[in-house]
Amino acid sequence: LYKLMEEGPLCTFQMRSVSVDLNHDASLLIDIPDALCERDKVKFTVHTKTTLSSFQKPDFSVPRQHEDFIWLHDTLVETEDYAGLIIPPVPPKPDFESPREKMHKLGEGEATMTKEEYTKMKQELEAEYLAVFKKTVQVHEVFLQRLSSHPILSKDRNFQIFLEYDQDLTVRRKNAKEMFGGFFKNMVKSADEVLISGIKEVDDFFEQEKTFLLDYYSKIKDSTAKAEKMTRSHKNIADDYIHISATLNTLSADDSTANKKHCGGYYMSSFVFLQKVEGRVASDQELKLTELLRYYMRDIQAAKDLLYRRARALVDYENSNKALDKARLKSRDIPQAEEHQKQCLQKFDKLSESGKKELTSFKGRRVVAFRKNLIEMAELEIKHAKVSSPIQPRDFYTLIHVYNM
Amino acid sequence: MATSSERSPPPFPDSEDQDVLDSEEVGGRESDEDDDGGGDDLLFVNPSNPPLTKMDTTLPPASQPSDVLMEPPSDLMNDPLIEPFSSLTENKPTSKIVSEPSDDFVDLTNNLADSPEDAAESVLADVAIDTTEIPLDEPSDDFVDIFGGETEAPREEVVIANVTVKAAAAADKSEVTSDVTDPPGDLKTGSDFEQEANETATDSIIDLSDDLLSSNAQKPPLASDQFVDPLVDFLSDAPPAADAKIPSRATVDLFEDEGNDLFTEPRQTKSAKQQQKSLFGEADEDLFGEPLGATTKKPVIKEPKGKPVPTKAARDVSNMGGPLQDGYTAEPADIFSEEAVTTVPSIKKTSAVNSKTNGVHSEEDTDIFAATVELSLDSPQEERKKGVPAVPSASAPSVSAATSLAKPQSASLEELDDDEEEEEEEEEEQEDKFDISISVKDPEKIGDGMNAYMAYKVTTQTPLPMFRNKTFTVRRRFSDFLGLYEKLSEKHGPNGFIVPPPPEKSILGMTKVKVGKEDSSSADFVERRRAALERYLQRIVHHPSLLQDPDVREFLEREELPRAVGTQALSGAGFLKMINKATDAVSKMTIKMNESDVWFEEKLQEVESADQQFRKLHVLVESLVVHRKELSLNTASFAKSTAMLGSAEDNTALSRALSQLAEVEDKMEQLHQDQATNDTFNFAELIADYIRLLGSVRGSFDHRMKAWQRWQDAQAALQKKRETEAKLLWANKPDKLQLVKEEIAEWEVKVTQYERDFDRVTATVRKEVVRFDKEKARNFKREIINYLECLLQSQQQLIKYWEAFLPEAKAIA
Repeated sequence: LYKLMEEGPLCTFQMRSVSVDLNHDASLLIDIPDALCERDKVKFTVHTKTTLSSFQKPDFSVPRQHEDFIWLHDTLVETEDYAGLIIPPVPPKPDFESPREKMHKLGEGEATMTKEEYTKMKQELEAEYLAVFKKTVQVHEVFLQRLSSHPILSKDRNFQIFLEYDQDLTVRRKNAKEMFGGFFKNMVKSADEVLISGIKEVDDFFEQEKTFLLDYYSKIKDSTAKAEKMTRSHKNIADDYIHISATLNTLSADDSTANKKHCGGYYMSSFVFLQKVEGRVASDQELKLTELLRYYMRDIQAAKDLLYRRARALVDYENSNKALDKARLKSRDIPQAEEHQKQCLQKFDKLSESGKKELTSFKGRRVVAFRKNLIEMAELEIKHAKVSSPIQPRDFYTLIHVYNM
Repeated sequence: MATSSERSPPPFPDSEDQDVLDSEEVGGRESDEDDDGGGDDLLFVNPSNPPLTKMDTTLPPASQPSDVLMEPPSDLMNDPLIEPFSSLTENKPTSKIVSEPSDDFVDLTNNLADSPEDAAESVLADVAIDTTEIPLDEPSDDFVDIFGGETEAPREEVVIANVTVKAAAAADKSEVTSDVTDPPGDLKTGSDFEQEANETATDSIIDLSDDLLSSNAQKPPLASDQFVDPLVDFLSDAPPAADAKIPSRATVDLFEDEGNDLFTEPRQTKSAKQQQKSLFGEADEDLFGEPLGATTKKPVIKEPKGKPVPTKAARDVSNMGGPLQDGYTAEPADIFSEEAVTTVPSIKKTSAVNSKTNGVHSEEDTDIFAATVELSLDSPQEERKKGVPAVPSASAPSVSAATSLAKPQSASLEELDDDEEEEEEEEEEQEDKFDISISVKDPEKIGDGMNAYMAYKVTTQTPLPMFRNKTFTVRRRFSDFLGLYEKLSEKHGPNGFIVPPPPEKSILGMTKVKVGKEDSSSADFVERRRAALERYLQRIVHHPSLLQDPDVREFLEREELPRAVGTQALSGAGFLKMINKATDAVSKMTIKMNESDVWFEEKLQEVESADQQFRKLHVLVESLVVHRKELSLNTASFAKSTAMLGSAEDNTALSRALSQLAEVEDKMEQLHQDQATNDTFNFAELIADYIRLLGSVRGSFDHRMKAWQRWQDAQAALQKKRETEAKLLWANKPDKLQLVKEEIAEWEVKVTQYERDFDRVTATVRKEVVRFDKEKARNFKREIINYLECLLQSQQQLIKYWEAFLPEAKAIA
């Protein structure tokens, strides 16, 4: 497993569930067919298939790292023209820490465990690691797919470079100053948010959207946290099952009574079985529900950012109005003020217009994604329960039969 | 002989003897030869059984059929006891009689044992003989028959020989009447054989036979050869006899209660429980073992097949024998002749019977049972017919005698039962044999503040005649439970018994309860403890020896119990410390003691590793419970959160789906919670019980070690004395020498005594550990089944919930 983690496997994934439903535009198709994990770096192979003339070739692949995705996201956010758009949320940093840490712990505790127990724990960790890996690839893919399916963002020059440039992008890592700057900017932004939250909204639609998104965001954030906890509990239980089944196994092996051994094997196996189901329930729940909530939490954050930008524009516009008034009063610099006011108004109008469109489409997208994921989750839950059921009752009756002998 | 020795493990009889004795010894009894003066029920077994086992062992040399004889001696012993027990349970009228019978019995046994040579002419002696005869007569009959059978058809194939023997056995039983008459002859021959074969045959056997002879002196002893034939005939008669009408109500009652019920019901219940295979293999043994046990003559029958049939018949007969005999003695000769007459014409029928038995073997259980039942019924009926004239007059006393017999037997029965279990590695539903169920309910806080305590309602339901009522309830507080344990472990611990331990005192848990916080954790604590106490009591009453303890009875029955004192020492940490101390002592002593018994060495290791694993398991399961509870909490909060999200959602369908999801998660939470309870009560508590029980097991090992130590010390002391003697001899000091010699004699006695003690404790511990293992396996099976059942159910619930949710999700537009 260490090997797996350090050097990383070449993992190929079939199409996975996507948290977003995209309008499939055949002109630009992007996927990440495989990824390579190198220490804490993950190299994604980004594969593009396109009919667009802006690309030199119709079919090509490039290696990209997580940092490249961040760079792409940041440039998009900073592009003035896209202020009125919901920029797809940046994928979270790949986190292999927790399985790695667990692996470490497992290695330490190897002496206290039976061989079988250890093997099983290892398998379980490998599976967990794989799931995290899969998830990471998926969120990165989704990010690109959302960009590609967006009418405006898909035409972005940087996006095209990201897809096409076959060398390492060698994106400069953010230095400490920039990191601090980013942090400072965030602070300013949130302070600003508070300041401008008092602004009287001129448009009912946005007023409603704002209330809704704020409310929704806090709720979904809560749900996400709860869902994560729930998933973790499931995982804990799955782990407990592993240990219990291993101990039961040892016990029944120790036991001299032949009969007991027999039955010990039985109940041991049923525990192992349950453990597997429990583990799968956990990882599926993680994938379907938690991921969905997490994604939309970030998406809503992006939508909120849009609202913020619009509000900012509104404030700017109002300020420019005031400036114009002042200028008129002083009869000085009136043309500049007028020009500025006009610009602000234009910007605000543009933002409002595209924002309205974006938010509406966001709503539709969200509903569709929830539907898809909820259905899938319910089906998986049923499947898991059923997978265990047909086997278990049989097991169960065998057990009873054996017991009655 | 060679084959026989191969087939029958040599240590059997001895160890069995030992076991029997040990189990009885609870009350404090002596070795085989000793007469028991005590009025204990258990005593009964001593005089009658030990001799019999001896007989078995002595027999082999006498004749070729040694296989037959040697094989199941232990079974024989066990079984008889079992049967009476079951019969007792069925017998309601018995309960009144209970007290008298044992007395009579003791007297009788005393008479027999004390004055074997006396030809007991007195009425009392007769009675005694009658009662004792039931067990004794038949054995002797069988015995004789066996010999007869053997002598008659030694050249015949083994199978045939068996059949005839069986038939003979069956016949013996069916002819209880003839028993009385026959026995003299049989016994004589039997005793002759014995004497020939082995001079060392126990006195008691001879005595018994003497007694019988004397009482039956008038009857003409029959040649063993002659016997065989008539017996076979009798057997064949049995079926036709079934048609015979029941003569009188009184007799019918007697028979039904004692005869039919006894074997039919126990049989059937057993059969139901046991699997088909087991019927033939081990169950088979049981079945017939029991009936044979009644006769105590099991060795006669070589093969398990077919045995059930005759044995049952034998049983019936033997049971019947009690009442019937009185009448028979009056006119034994006549009866006998009658029998002979009827039997002669129907020689063919013997073959039919044989075929029947054969069929039984080959057929399925149900058939077997049917067949056995039939046969058993038949033979008793025949008896009835014969007994009709005699019974009415004799019925009252005879019944009491019979019941009394049954009763003492029942006591020892259970112990024997254990032996039997030991031998067969087969597991039976033993619990069902214990017709006692105990529940601990309604925990109630009494008093206030720190003086408050919990009282529980202990309800016992049992048809056992040793209790005054069938159902009774007492209130007991926790310290009473501890007190009971104290008493029991003090009394039985040193003998090697595994006394089930009660749950520990928990200062923390109890303080919470005392403070009166009505939170879930204190309710959980009380419920856990209640269940643990219930299991604790159940373990005690299901232990055959402990059930007999007067303190147990007092605990269950007595209104007011004297306040248990000194249980403080058991409180919380103190109790744990005690166990640890004992454990340490054991480990220390193991180093000193070079274990000669591999079995014990292995067992101790096994117990230790099991203890370790159980502790680990317990921690794991507790953490599972914690995680499950966490999951339940998290699911609940997620459900709430989802509901909020649903209310915030502006898409109506999605909002609906989300609130549906919240509901599903709410139900999930319930499921998880139930599962956590399931984890706790079906699994964690069971494991906790076994951790405690393993402590007791170690304790019993410890006691064995102590017994060994005592023996060694005595030996060392003896050695020292001898050295002193030598020195004194050298120094020529006669005055002191005498003293030392006396001391040596004293120590020699002690060494023997201690050695015997050690052997006894060893045997008991061994038996107890085997029993414990059995119980454990059974317990675990049951609990695991329960557990899985719960899991299965919750899984199915889960499917239902999600399936209901699916259309909602699909309805999102």
